[in-house]
Amino acid sequence: MKFTLSWLKEHLATDASLDDIVERMTMTGLEVEGVEDAGAKLGAFTVARIISAAKHPNADKLQVCQVETKLGTLEVVCGAPNARAGLVTAFAPIGAYIPGSGITLEPKPVRGVVSNGMLCSGAELELDTDADGILELDPELKVGTPLAEALHLNDPVVDIEVTPNRPDWLGVHGIARDLAAAGLGKVTTKPILPVPGRFPSPVKVTIENDEACPMFSGRYIRGVKNGPSPAWLQQRLRAVGLRPRSILVDITNFISLDRSRPLHVYDASKLKGAIHARLGREGESFKALDGNVYDVSPTMCVIADDEKVLGLGGIIGGEESGCSEATTDVFLESAYFDSTRTHATGRATGIVSDAQYRFARGVDSGFVVSGLEMATRMVLDLCGGEASEVVIAGEEPAPPKPVTFDPDRVRALAGIDVKPTRVRAVLKDLGFETSAEGQSSKRIVVEPPTWRRDIEGPADLVEEVARIEGFDKMPVLAPPRAAGFRAPPASVGESRTRIGRRATASLGYNEAITWSFTPRAHAQAFGGGGEEMLVANPIASDLDCMRPSALPNLLVAAQRNADRGFDDARLFEAGPAYRDTTQAGQLRTITAAWLARPPRHWRAAPQPDIFDMKRDLVIVLEAIGAPVASLQTSNEVPAHWRPGRAGALRLGNKPVAIFGEIHPRALKAIGVEAPALAFEIFVDALPQPRAKGGRSKPPLEKLDLQPLSRDFAFIVDDAVAAADVVRAAIGADKALIADVSLFDVYRGERMQTGKKSLAIEVTLQPREKTLTDADIEAVSAKVVSAVMKATGGTLRG
Amino acid sequence: MTANTDLETIERDLLARVGAANDEATLEALRVEALGKQGSISALMKNLGSMSPEERKEFGPKLNGLKDRVTEAIVVKKATLAEAALDAQLKAEAVDVTLPPVKPRSGTIHPVSQVMEELAQIFGEMGFSVEEGPDIETDFNNFTALNFPPKHPARETHDTFFMDAKDERGERKVLRTHTSPVQVRTMLKQKPPIRMICMGRTFRKDSDATHTPMFHQIEGLVIDETSTMADLKSVLIAAIKAYFEVDDVKLRFRPHHFPFTEPSAEVDVGCDRSGGQIKIGAGDDWLEILGSGMVHPNVLANCGIDPEKYQGYAFGMGIDRLAMLKYGMNDLRAFFDADTRWLKHYGFSPYLLPGLAQGVG
Repeated sequence: MKFTLSWLKEHLATDASLDDIVERMTMTGLEVEGVEDAGAKLGAFTVARIISAAKHPNADKLQVCQVETKLGTLEVVCGAPNARAGLVTAFAPIGAYIPGSGITLEPKPVRGVVSNGMLCSGAELELDTDADGILELDPELKVGTPLAEALHLNDPVVDIEVTPNRPDWLGVHGIARDLAAAGLGKVTTKPILPVPGRFPSPVKVTIENDEACPMFSGRYIRGVKNGPSPAWLQQRLRAVGLRPRSILVDITNFISLDRSRPLHVYDASKLKGAIHARLGREGESFKALDGNVYDVSPTMCVIADDEKVLGLGGIIGGEESGCSEATTDVFLESAYFDSTRTHATGRATGIVSDAQYRFARGVDSGFVVSGLEMATRMVLDLCGGEASEVVIAGEEPAPPKPVTFDPDRVRALAGIDVKPTRVRAVLKDLGFETSAEGQSSKRIVVEPPTWRRDIEGPADLVEEVARIEGFDKMPVLAPPRAAGFRAPPASVGESRTRIGRRATASLGYNEAITWSFTPRAHAQAFGGGGEEMLVANPIASDLDCMRPSALPNLLVAAQRNADRGFDDARLFEAGPAYRDTTQAGQLRTITAAWLARPPRHWRAAPQPDIFDMKRDLVIVLEAIGAPVASLQTSNEVPAHWRPGRAGALRLGNKPVAIFGEIHPRALKAIGVEAPALAFEIFVDALPQPRAKGGRSKPPLEKLDLQPLSRDFAFIVDDAVAAADVVRAAIGADKALIADVSLFDVYRGERMQTGKKSLAIEVTLQPREKTLTDADIEAVSAKVVSAVMKATGGTLRG
Repeated sequence: MTANTDLETIERDLLARVGAANDEATLEALRVEALGKQGSISALMKNLGSMSPEERKEFGPKLNGLKDRVTEAIVVKKATLAEAALDAQLKAEAVDVTLPPVKPRSGTIHPVSQVMEELAQIFGEMGFSVEEGPDIETDFNNFTALNFPPKHPARETHDTFFMDAKDERGERKVLRTHTSPVQVRTMLKQKPPIRMICMGRTFRKDSDATHTPMFHQIEGLVIDETSTMADLKSVLIAAIKAYFEVDDVKLRFRPHHFPFTEPSAEVDVGCDRSGGQIKIGAGDDWLEILGSGMVHPNVLANCGIDPEKYQGYAFGMGIDRLAMLKYGMNDLRAFFDADTRWLKHYGFSPYLLPGLAQGVG
């Protein structure tokens, strides 16, 4: 919403400066988006008239002018070809700063003649003119008039953002009322003088749906003469960005901005019979003032005559029934349209008009007929003519409900001490009626004005008083501190994520945050992309689906880095994967991706592979407290992982993490070059930490007897998993065997085809006595037999 | 049989050869030659037995002195040679220490994560717990419960993303446009007093240098019987000072309108824009950083809390914006671009944990 300072001052008598007004608006809740003061930089310039212009004695292209200025007659040198006797133009005195050329004028001779100032072009003043030469102003202007005034640039324009709850601020009068209440001056809005009707209106009005349109008032004015608006009205509209059209239309626009009261004016000669406010019917359509044809529907409120739809009520009028230069008889409309329906129709049709904007937020229900009277007066003043009696259908909607209010609520809710008398005074200034609830009660009954339909209860009244008193009156207290014991402030999953994030980063991965969206094709390549996961109104076609995993986005990002020449990207994200649209379907993951470049190092280093990922994964899992020793490794992985080069770590049947290479087919689908390594941890699949026993740890078991180790090599089928050998060995003697680690895998000439040798080191921890050779033999035999039984292997000779 | 001069000659000769020995083998051979069982000095010692007591009395001590001095010289020389041998070995095994190690892996924490932990720390100190909620929300939790009536113009200001999927009320699910639905979830499951923050992803259909379709918010909620807007103001001032690590931050509370709070305030922080970059805690300019207010009675009632008995406040801030202001990034879009150059430049060492030691909290 834009208005000019002079417009505001028609409603508000104040000595406050523009800066003070803007500051008070801000602190009262009127958010100032910008102030445009085009005249501010023109302060030094005034209107002057050239008395005579003669050729410069020493220069062909210069003239020496005698100029009548506010400082008297001065000699000024000028190079503009249009400088001539009698021209009224802009004058800059010595000392003035010329914004367009960035210089400050000094009394310097120009080719031997001293110039006592400068005559200015539009470009030199940074004005939006395309003419060459110095300004050519209205010859009627008085010499010495400030240039800003002469160019009508002396009226700053204020642009404010109006929140949806305050449609009354969509009129300058409403803004003035709040500023006056905030102590900035007095409201001086001129009273509206009703125009007596001279004859009964030949056009009748009816309401067929009083929910959509509770009240419709109008009057007929005959014998008007339409045409261009007077200069003041045109200027006022132009200043706030509206194009003047004709007096009749400009009047409705003016009142819309002045009072937040939309109106409509029909060319009465185009109307057939009565005017009806009703719901639209299937198949109806009309051509609107914006030139478009709109189909109407039974959910929309239309204005129709006996034959056809004229327009959408409170939104836009029809082209055919609109006013033109030839219009002589008009019918003026001031109605009240339901805000919800107006809003919905605006959305359905896509029409954003000043009227729609206001009705959708709710206009002043007490100003329907007053607005009509105000408009009538202006039409008669500016277009002549004779007005009929007012016709009204329906009735004014009931005012907002009274609120019983304890003035102490201001202190209790806003923390500001305001005396009850002051509370009532503030509310009164804002247009509320207040009365005592009863003799023994300290509560008051507050009746909101008809333009404040946002007021529902005491909290709204607290806000009114607090914002007028000023939020800066709220005291600043000591901030609270947590006292005593508190439960850990974040959930287990969140805490684990924080640790996992730092563990992963410490392994050399850069944390990224990528969109929760992904292209549907990418989602489908990674096990998602179902109908349910589509965004109905995506911001771009490639952000149309919720990602089933962070993998595709991370891999694509890694590839993007590689394409920029930064390969070997190691990225991770601690973020969500979306399996369905429920809360449980949003998985907390730590996902890492690595497009490993072949290492080049002066000491040979192997190409990173699945086992590098597995090591990183296990480090992170251990950091976040996963029971790593109890996890089972399986080669069953979702289809976007590479079969045979990816594994899942499971707890029971639940996958806790997946690691390895991504399937080349999935990579191809998202445009990423193979191979790609990754892991994905499902943080919430981990068991909750034990609740019993608190944080205390069991005593340390430090045995005096030294551990010893024995190596075994088994020949097994190629398909036998190493983990099965290790697990069988560990289980052979739970009391004595402390650890089993696999240290060699051999396939080759000395091995039968389809067989391999797996070598393990078994660590024995004696507990009560030193082991004898016989003891060691016995446990070794158990290991061999357990492994042979579990894997069908044999001890390698 | 042997004169004193002979002993002196022997000693001079042996000591000279010890001095001349330049490896341990030569020295050992010399030791055997002189002091071994068949050695020259050992032979002289054996001779003592065949001497007269007078001779022995004179010759014995001299011979022992000779033996001690040669032994000592060999020990000293041996130690010297061992040192020299070690030095030589170390010299031979020297490497070019300027050769590079395997490239160090230096990972980083995203600034948004870092700021989230800073905020959790700051509000944790003030007794706030951390709550969570899903990104895909019901229309009720995101709007209706928060006093956005169906079809109200206020909903339009949110540029909502809708899912094709519907919720149990038959309404299309939305991507949460703010973290406020977590307020609703918390109030529905927990009785007052409530004192919580939540942080997470939020979504709006908007994209330019300062808006991305996904961003992050922090939300705070306090519900009890007495908290006022002055408490809200006090908590926010303390939090903003702690976050920006400056003591003289100016905050300006401006009346505003949000459907879910009444009264509502937007909060501006004092800043300086003169250098082309925004500096918090200096200058005469203002920058809007958060929205806040007293929880609307309708919201309390919608969440099963008696608005006659309980009251409280709520606030919300953009986390990405806070990160930009504190750490100097100027393009929001880069936050989500996963460009490793950006991540390494603006990211944080994983060892830099927000807390008192790092200056935040």
